[in-house]
Amino acid sequence: MMQDVASRENGSWLQATARQRLAGLLDPGSFAEFIGPEQRVESPHLPIFDLPRAFDDGVVIGRGTLGGVAVLVAAQEGQFMGGTFGEVSGAKLVGLVRAARDHKQLPQTILLLLDSGGVRLQEANAGELAVAELMRAIVQARCGGVAVIALVGGKAGAFGGAGLTAGTCSRVVVSEQGRIGVSGPEVIETNKGVEEYDSRDKALVWSVCGGKNRRLIGMADAFTDDTMDGFRAAAQAQLAVSKPLDLRTLQHEQARLAHRERTLGGCNDAAAMWTVMGVPDPDAVAGLDTLDFITLAHSIKDANHDAR
Amino acid sequence: MLTLDYSHTADHRLGGARSQAIIGVVASGNLEILLERVLPGAACEVQIATPVKGYDATWEAVVTEFVSRSSPGGLRISINDGGARPDTAYLRLMQGCALMERS
Repeated sequence: MMQDVASRENGSWLQATARQRLAGLLDPGSFAEFIGPEQRVESPHLPIFDLPRAFDDGVVIGRGTLGGVAVLVAAQEGQFMGGTFGEVSGAKLVGLVRAARDHKQLPQTILLLLDSGGVRLQEANAGELAVAELMRAIVQARCGGVAVIALVGGKAGAFGGAGLTAGTCSRVVVSEQGRIGVSGPEVIETNKGVEEYDSRDKALVWSVCGGKNRRLIGMADAFTDDTMDGFRAAAQAQLAVSKPLDLRTLQHEQARLAHRERTLGGCNDAAAMWTVMGVPDPDAVAGLDTLDFITLAHSIKDANHDAR
Repeated sequence: MLTLDYSHTADHRLGGARSQAIIGVVASGNLEILLERVLPGAACEVQIATPVKGYDATWEAVVTEFVSRSSPGGLRISINDGGARPDTAYLRLMQGCALMERS
């Protein structure tokens, strides 16, 4: 694994490649890749569309250590085809989670570095299947005690299948730049009209699906600044608090979501939701720095829960 | 998709102990380069897969200049191109060589 400027402690997670993120996240020199680029396991579909392939099909998987703790890792490369789920990239993710599920001698913590717009349209059937299989594998692995921690802070965010996947994880870490959702802003605008959602209004987009709102409404469990060290520290903190999935967890999650629908369902924008949740000065949220925002999020009751 | 193959004999074998390195990403205006130390002596092979047709002479000039300047003997270099400009391609090739030269 290369060590370069981009992977240094204060390097930007948003700007980094998947490989640079892994180098910045894990203990130096600890990463060992599975199915590396030299094996050339590439997409069988992209050549039909005269599109270039990637040697790793845009997903890097392997194992390493985080603060001395053994972990499995998967990182989506958001710059390649939007980090999309294809046949190969999807199979690598599914295979990794199933391996943790089935082999207790493997590390029982998985870090998913999500950076994806969802399913790759050129291989959509395979991609949809991969998303379904991945979510199922995560739930099964969690029932067996595996902790699956999603880290979201890439340019593609976590949309479509990646947003759904984040919803199945034990814990979710997000940065302000990270976005989580199912239908992305452009998709909503195309289907519902610009009056409903203007995808070019970046303040609107981030206020809805950006990291701060996702943390406040409880879709994400931890918030970090956009640095390698920030994600490293946040991921380490989540290692200690991830719990196995059982019926009680699901009941808590159902109650939490029902409560959210009841209290926030009538709101028209993010500031209205924050007002209902008891944020003292909703208009100031966008301008808060990381530490002040984390303090605020900890003080909001509904932002913190033991569901998921 | 266009595949271009170039075989060169470099001035000398590239130093360093790394067996492989990868640099760059297949994205618009970018490319990824996989370097593998698998060839004997000073041989160097470069294979390029690119969706952009009509720039064979430019690729050949970039590769020839790179080989004469970096002497990447022993390397098989594989490129997935996303439509990178010649200066980006050259930069990535130099970065890749620098990675391979590390101990």
